[in-house]
Amino acid sequence: MATLDRAARSLLLSELVSGMALTLKYFFKPKVTINYPYEKGPISPRFKGEHALRRYPNGEERCIACKLCEAVCPALAITIEAEPREDGSRRTTRYDIDMVKCIYCGMCEEACPVDAIVEGPNFEFSVETREELLYDKQRLLSNGDRWEPELAKRLELDAPYR
Amino acid sequence: MEGFLTTPVGIFAITLAQTLALLVPVLMGVAYLTLAERKVLAAMQLRKGPNVVGPFGLLQPFADAIKMLMKETIVPSGANRYLFLFAPMLTFMLAMLAWAVIPVNEGWAIADINVGILYLFAISSLGVYGVIIAGWASNSKYAFLGALRSAAQMVSYEVSMGFVIVTVLMCVGSLNLTAVVKAQETVWFFIPLFPMFIIFFISTLAETNRAPFDLPEGESELVAGFFVEYSSMSFALFFLGEYANMILMSALTTILFLGGWLPPMDIAPFNWLPGPIWFILKICLCLFTFIWVRATFPRYRYDQLMRLGWKVFLPFSLVWLVLTAAVLKLTGWLPA
Repeated sequence: MATLDRAARSLLLSELVSGMALTLKYFFKPKVTINYPYEKGPISPRFKGEHALRRYPNGEERCIACKLCEAVCPALAITIEAEPREDGSRRTTRYDIDMVKCIYCGMCEEACPVDAIVEGPNFEFSVETREELLYDKQRLLSNGDRWEPELAKRLELDAPYR
Repeated sequence: MEGFLTTPVGIFAITLAQTLALLVPVLMGVAYLTLAERKVLAAMQLRKGPNVVGPFGLLQPFADAIKMLMKETIVPSGANRYLFLFAPMLTFMLAMLAWAVIPVNEGWAIADINVGILYLFAISSLGVYGVIIAGWASNSKYAFLGALRSAAQMVSYEVSMGFVIVTVLMCVGSLNLTAVVKAQETVWFFIPLFPMFIIFFISTLAETNRAPFDLPEGESELVAGFFVEYSSMSFALFFLGEYANMILMSALTTILFLGGWLPPMDIAPFNWLPGPIWFILKICLCLFTFIWVRATFPRYRYDQLMRLGWKVFLPFSLVWLVLTAAVLKLTGWLPA
């Protein structure tokens, strides 16, 4: 009986027909494609995108040149030089990130004691030459100024899990 | 004017016009079949498919064509130059040649010859030469393996296809394609000959090297099969030939089993549409099924493919042939 059942099934192509029915069902389902760059998918607050150096609300830069990020960076992408400023506070004179070396692991962000270096939500910073990806302090600070509202919000959302 | 049309030049001009009237829509059909395939496959995989070039991506085939034309034709240094360039032309030529006998409507065939089916069968068998020549002339092991597979596959499935066609011919009593369609005025052949219809359809999949029988180009093993070494226009000709063959095989399925240009029933809402429209609609249905099958089934293994062809389809169609013959003889339905 089992043999007969199996023979009937294979002769009537029942499995093939059910497979075809499945694909036909999907044919009419709503599609999941989003119309990038006009539509974008949601991004987690922990998303590790383009780096930024943040400032305090009074405009003072947060980074205190402790060089923890430079030390922790597994790709050796960060280069920092520091000197005491005229008012005696410790500040960086040079803060470079080689975005070509960077592996976007987020360890700099985790190591930073003052939330100065962060990885933002921006992932659309492709450029046409390699040199444009060697970010200096100026570039990182301007990134921070541009993305600050979102950066602050993301830090706040992620704070309970830190 | 009357006099001119009967002179040899006039007859030539008329035939040329008829040929263009058939081939231009066929080539447009090929262009849009590539788009339809991408759209349908995408829809079945919950994607949208090409939708950027023109409204709904309708200009995509032209963008692809321009891209193909702009590229450089590369002939590998180890290749046999003349055969290498001849193979795509042959494939394309044969795919176009076969359309001569297809009746789009009553009397609308360029060559309404009495051995129409035999002609079609002969031309589609010749298609394997394009593949073999391409594979051999490329002087590449992938292309060669692809060509070998393709040749073996096409030959195997032609046998059972032949039996299916003979079964249909017994019910018609003629090799003329117009007569085949006319014989289906009472009932389309896919109803009485349903198992043969399925076998024929699956064999056309194998014959046109379509999924799940696309081993000749199985990209996971052979990169692209017999046309790995081709680029630019020579590749485009293979591509056009393959898709034109798909449309041709759908047309053949339509003529043999789905009643050609006949409406489903000869009553009011159905016979408002003219015959050619019905013919095109039925071809579209077949082509949709081609793509639908591709979206559904994984590729066969080579031994499974051979087993299906020789150990399942061949005996089955042979038995069905004898059975049909017996029924026709005993009931006296055998056409004169």
